[in-house]
Amino acid sequence: MIVETGHFALVMALCVAAVQSTLPMIGAHKKHSSWMALASNAALLQLLLLIISFAALTYAFVTSDFSVTLVLNNSHTLKPLLYKVSGVWGNHEGSMLMWVLILAIYGGAVAIWGNNLRPTLKARVLGVQGILGFGFLLFILFTSNPFNRIFPAPIDGQDLNPLLQDPGLAFHPPLLYLGYVGFSTTFSFAIAALLEGRIDPAWARWVRPWTLAAWGFLTGGIALGSWWAYYELGWGGWWFWDPVENASFMPWLAGTALLHSAIVLEKRDNLKSWTIFLAIIAFALSMLGTFLVRSGVITSVHAFASDPTRGVFILALLVITVGSAFALFAWRGPALKSTGIFQPISREGGLLINNFLLSVATASVLLGTLYPLFIDVLDLGKVSVGAPYFNSVFVPLMSPMILIMGLGPFLNWKRGDAILALKQLQIAAIIALTGAVITWFLIDRATVLAAFGIGLSIWLFCATLSELAGRIQLFRAPIIEVLRKLRRQPRSSWGMTLAHGGLALVIAGMTASSAWRVESIQSMMPGDTALVSGFEFTLKSVQNIEGPNYTASRANFDVTNRASFKISLEPEKRIYVVSRQPTTEAGIYSTFLGDLYAVIGDPDGKGGYITRLYFNPLVTWMWFGTFIMVLGAGISLSDRRHRVGAPARRKLPRGATAET
Amino acid sequence: MKRKNKRLSMISAAFLAICAAMALILAAFEDNIVFFYSPTEIINNELQANQRLRLGGLVEEGSVQRATGSPIITFNVTDLITTVPITFKGILPDLFREGQGIVAEGNFRGGKFFATEVLAKHDENYMPKEIAEALKKSGKWKGAENALPQTK
Repeated sequence: MIVETGHFALVMALCVAAVQSTLPMIGAHKKHSSWMALASNAALLQLLLLIISFAALTYAFVTSDFSVTLVLNNSHTLKPLLYKVSGVWGNHEGSMLMWVLILAIYGGAVAIWGNNLRPTLKARVLGVQGILGFGFLLFILFTSNPFNRIFPAPIDGQDLNPLLQDPGLAFHPPLLYLGYVGFSTTFSFAIAALLEGRIDPAWARWVRPWTLAAWGFLTGGIALGSWWAYYELGWGGWWFWDPVENASFMPWLAGTALLHSAIVLEKRDNLKSWTIFLAIIAFALSMLGTFLVRSGVITSVHAFASDPTRGVFILALLVITVGSAFALFAWRGPALKSTGIFQPISREGGLLINNFLLSVATASVLLGTLYPLFIDVLDLGKVSVGAPYFNSVFVPLMSPMILIMGLGPFLNWKRGDAILALKQLQIAAIIALTGAVITWFLIDRATVLAAFGIGLSIWLFCATLSELAGRIQLFRAPIIEVLRKLRRQPRSSWGMTLAHGGLALVIAGMTASSAWRVESIQSMMPGDTALVSGFEFTLKSVQNIEGPNYTASRANFDVTNRASFKISLEPEKRIYVVSRQPTTEAGIYSTFLGDLYAVIGDPDGKGGYITRLYFNPLVTWMWFGTFIMVLGAGISLSDRRHRVGAPARRKLPRGATAET
Repeated sequence: MKRKNKRLSMISAAFLAICAAMALILAAFEDNIVFFYSPTEIINNELQANQRLRLGGLVEEGSVQRATGSPIITFNVTDLITTVPITFKGILPDLFREGQGIVAEGNFRGGKFFATEVLAKHDENYMPKEIAEALKKSGKWKGAENALPQTK
């Protein structure tokens, strides 16, 4: 019964979406205020209906109702509760339901917190959200209904893919979707603004918190996925330039560009068409990501079994949505006149270069990801574009960007003084150069690239700190004054400082773990010792253990550096009972300087086991750095300047402002 | 500089930058595209020994052998017409099984494939498209129900 309620709520949500996507749009066009006001109620009602629907599906999973096909295929009574819940979105149908639920959450959030928006703009934003919701609800109901039943109901289910039974992956999809779908809001704002024919700094200010939220979630989601790949797949790597990883990375790059171009629009009333373009592209890439993952057109380690009709449906949605968005953009875009003038050496000049490089990077990832598909369609053979391509394109593109990232915040708006900025950055430059030189000469196996990467990271970190120090007048004003200034820094400035500083840590982690990783593969008998990067790994024993829904061989390693440091690692090789599928659980011990990482493989036939041991330097810096970046987004989001609307509007009496 | 000149110089700077970026991307493409071969194709094609490539097919039943006391594994990959031996050092992915489709990346030298990476899929029902087509080409494709990965 509860399942049927969920199904019914889903159908109702489709009807509400149909209303939400039409009446408010007409109302905004004809200036019927009651029709426009309908948008908020429709958005909230849709949110309520989708919450009911999602809750019903969750209920079916938690109570192991195997008469529901989806539960049957993805759950099992022995599965721990957390994975029964995460099983809801650990499959195609459920994850699409979550997609529309999150879309409705963003819609509801606009309805609740969007009171300072122009009524016509709000109605149109929610109308566009309604159209998107309508399309995806149709998709769910026609091709991927999560509530389909099976009779008679089997006794037990087929279990969730064991690789997904993991805390990191339980929360990776929701975060990623909050990011992906978050860009639907900026997309709706862009379309609504094009319909209104009006884009001004106030618009940029309204859009900024949504971009920030989407960006923060996406950053967290990507990092969580990368972390999961690191400890669960047992390859010791954290990023494989796999098509599906790229699918989440492209909206991130475009979203980062959007975040920065919206600042230029807000402060300087410039880059209007460009910002709109980015808002459309960011969401288009999110939809493309959904398409790539869900259609299975690209061979990827992530590619799950898929159904071609679904791919065609999503592709059609993508083409219609993005196609009409660009048509509207081509029609209305030229009318958007930017008023500000543009000097190359200025804050906006720096942000423009940032945007340029990020866009080229996005395009290069897109090209590398889709190229095998083009070649296949043209029947020119089968190719794959792997990590070497992306690394050799990405590093030269990102390096100048990081250099400018340090410099940009020192330049003034309108007309900056590069000489003055460089003077303020002397110390940062000296420290960075010293760091690079030290790395080059004193650290074993340092390549030019590694020294350069470390130098870049130090540069960005020190430049970000110098910028903060300059703002609070550190060493130039009395300490009380400095502390007062520190407290009074606007939260959005903290956001920038944290995001840039966090990225510096991430770069250090990426560089070090790529350049100085030590890998050792061998066969070990219990009692054998292997030496990895100065650490002795001794295999003490291998035991068979039993988990709730798996059996495992668990190895016990003692690791010591022949001095005071001594820990033990317990990697496992699990076999899940229902699917007979093995998974690897790496044993990891993280320190400030690097991770000790052990994986146990198959028996070698002589009483020993194949083992894979790693020393992965500075890996934790990446996770910590991303955490700082997300924290920066959160703090910036809580800035009260985002909550009050555009100041100019408030001063004027209501009604008189409608056409200004 | 006049405003017009300034705009012109900015546009040409952007143009040059785009050209540089294109050159970069194309150069990277040239060097780093990895072609995919089926076992029959790899035997019949003239290949350079140091060229990186991918080989995909089914792991032949009963062919997986572990050198005792060492992490070196050998197995055969087949499209049911031609069989190619693969040598790999390390731990095979969790979903590696005899009779299943895999993709190996590495070099082909003297009739043997030396893999640096072996890819199997997350999903046990999934058959990589390349392998499905390699099997179709060799005429050993069995039935349509395996042609498309099953819905899971």
